Amino acid sequence: MNKTTDIAVHINDIHKEFILPQSKNTSFKQAAINIVKKNNKVTQKVLDGVTFDIQKGDFFGIVGRNGSGKSTLLKLIAGVYSPTSGSIGVNGGLTPFIELGVGFNPELSGQDNVYLNGALLGFTRKQMDVMYDEIVEFAELGPFMGQKLKNYSSGMQVRLAFSIAIKAKNDILIFDEVLAVGDEAFQRKCLDVFETYKASKQTVILVTHDMETVRQYCSKAVLLHDGHVIEQGSPRKVANKYSALNQASIDNDVEKANRRLPSKLKVTLANQEGKQAASFDVGEDVSIGVDWSLLDQSVTSIGINIFRQSGEHITGVNTLKEKINIDEKTNLKVDFKMDIRPGKYYILAEAFQGVGNRIDSLEDGAPQFSVREHDVRWSGLVDLQHKWRDI
Amino acid sequence: MRYLTTKNRAILREMVATDFKIRYQSSVLGYAWSLLKPLLLFAVLYVLFTYIAPIGEGIEHYGVLLLMGIVLWSFFAETTMIGASSIVSHGDILRKVSIPRYLIVIASSVSALINLGLSMIVVFVFALANGITPELSWLLLPLVILELFIFSIGVAFILATAYVRFRDVTYIWEVVLQAGFYARAIIFPMSIVPAELHKWFFLSPIVQIVQDARSLLIPSSDIITIWNTVDNRVAWLIPFAIIAAVAVAGFFYFRRQSKYFAEDI
Repeated sequence: MNKTTDIAVHINDIHKEFILPQSKNTSFKQAAINIVKKNNKVTQKVLDGVTFDIQKGDFFGIVGRNGSGKSTLLKLIAGVYSPTSGSIGVNGGLTPFIELGVGFNPELSGQDNVYLNGALLGFTRKQMDVMYDEIVEFAELGPFMGQKLKNYSSGMQVRLAFSIAIKAKNDILIFDEVLAVGDEAFQRKCLDVFETYKASKQTVILVTHDMETVRQYCSKAVLLHDGHVIEQGSPRKVANKYSALNQASIDNDVEKANRRLPSKLKVTLANQEGKQAASFDVGEDVSIGVDWSLLDQSVTSIGINIFRQSGEHITGVNTLKEKINIDEKTNLKVDFKMDIRPGKYYILAEAFQGVGNRIDSLEDGAPQFSVREHDVRWSGLVDLQHKWRDI
Repeated sequence: MRYLTTKNRAILREMVATDFKIRYQSSVLGYAWSLLKPLLLFAVLYVLFTYIAPIGEGIEHYGVLLLMGIVLWSFFAETTMIGASSIVSHGDILRKVSIPRYLIVIASSVSALINLGLSMIVVFVFALANGITPELSWLLLPLVILELFIFSIGVAFILATAYVRFRDVTYIWEVVLQAGFYARAIIFPMSIVPAELHKWFFLSPIVQIVQDARSLLIPSSDIITIWNTVDNRVAWLIPFAIIAAVAVAGFFYFRRQSKYFAEDI
């Protein structure tokens, strides 16, 4: 059997550049000025050599951070944009859901809108006649179809648009972040539909931020970053790489935030190897160092607190309470085993003179760190030391 | 190239139907306005030119000829004006689905064509009421209307494409239409134009079309057309050559630019 007949979408070395709006001529005057000035157009490269194939029956995920080019790629596949260079081959009928309810007109009845939307999605009147009853039934809007769309609640509008999307049958279906809209029940419905697509080997292309969806439904995925494919193949591999990519960016942000410390206290974070870091694995040993050499007053005790970003006080330790003498010192380290839930945390360091007289603290802009996304075997905020025994 | 596949027909049909349904939304007279608009304009101009500034005086069936001119001109103005902004006003659709872009311009012209058809019925009724007898030559009117349609759609394609990049287009075109209405033998009879200028008027396809339509409507009258005033037979081709050039230029300009519409709007 010929291999190419199994390919649903063939993407070959796609490049896409956009002319940035500030250099675009929107009036004759500007166009004339630009001819005289020989204004060089400022272009932005969004996709830079993307190549991959989507096989028939794939549930194909396209993931990437904001601005990585994934929506542009989707619009290229859908035929909304044309590539600057490269080619896209689509084998079979394709229906894109870049947005639900394209062309919906508030002045038209629900029924008219279904047919209008259907036509724009590439269905003939006959095909729509066949699907119409199913769509209405699924949307549970039977008695309202004669009314104008502007009299629908927003929930009813979404339901109608969504019903068209899921009852639409075509060789290839494209969804762009559909899960981002709608309440939990709606998202549940979306996932149920994805389940049936997966079971029936419907070819689906999905752009999403939700790695859970990718892991659960996709059979293949690509990760886009700055216009390049940096990972492709198994959804698990792609999802992990995406998480790592996000983490790197969070570390970057945390570092930036750490740079503007207002207090004279200095707090450092290091991992097991003694290297400075701002993100750690669950269970990793982290040493928090405090340096108060810049403080003029004498310090009798030091406190370290860890807060979850949402405000929960995870732990607080103090040298005085633990009877640690710091009289001759100007810095100190404390090691924690980070058996805490993945997420973002910040540290509050305090210096005291005497008992309870706080002379300095790092409060606003306190150093932050994050515990990496990870499969943990416990729930809640912390993994308390525990042991199972027979009674 | 398959232009009118069943899918495209479905899109065209839905877009025209939508336009038809929402254009005169929540107005009491509804669709009657598309007929009333040219009729009221006609009434004003008829009163003006028969009683106040009587340039139509002594011309047989001046009213019928004036109405014919206004109806054809209204079609040209509507097709080009709505066509010009059609691509931009459907930007939300173009950015979400990949329908053939030309359908949007065509859809806007089909609405105007339906209006023209209804208006023509009014013209015929008015003509009969004026004592004009139906002639076999009326059967040729669709040919003239086809010519006008091709010209209008060609202009609409050029304007629609230009409008995506240059929003000045509609302002300029509005002025051009206004000037053309008064300068193109729509409201005044050709007979008041000095004879030596006639040939220059017929360089405009619009003048040729309007005069031919009038002459087909009342063949017994001595309407000045390109055929009976211009002697040079090669020159007869000029209006048609202009229409062909506009249509071809519109087609290629639109086709070349249309793939960038989604990102330029």
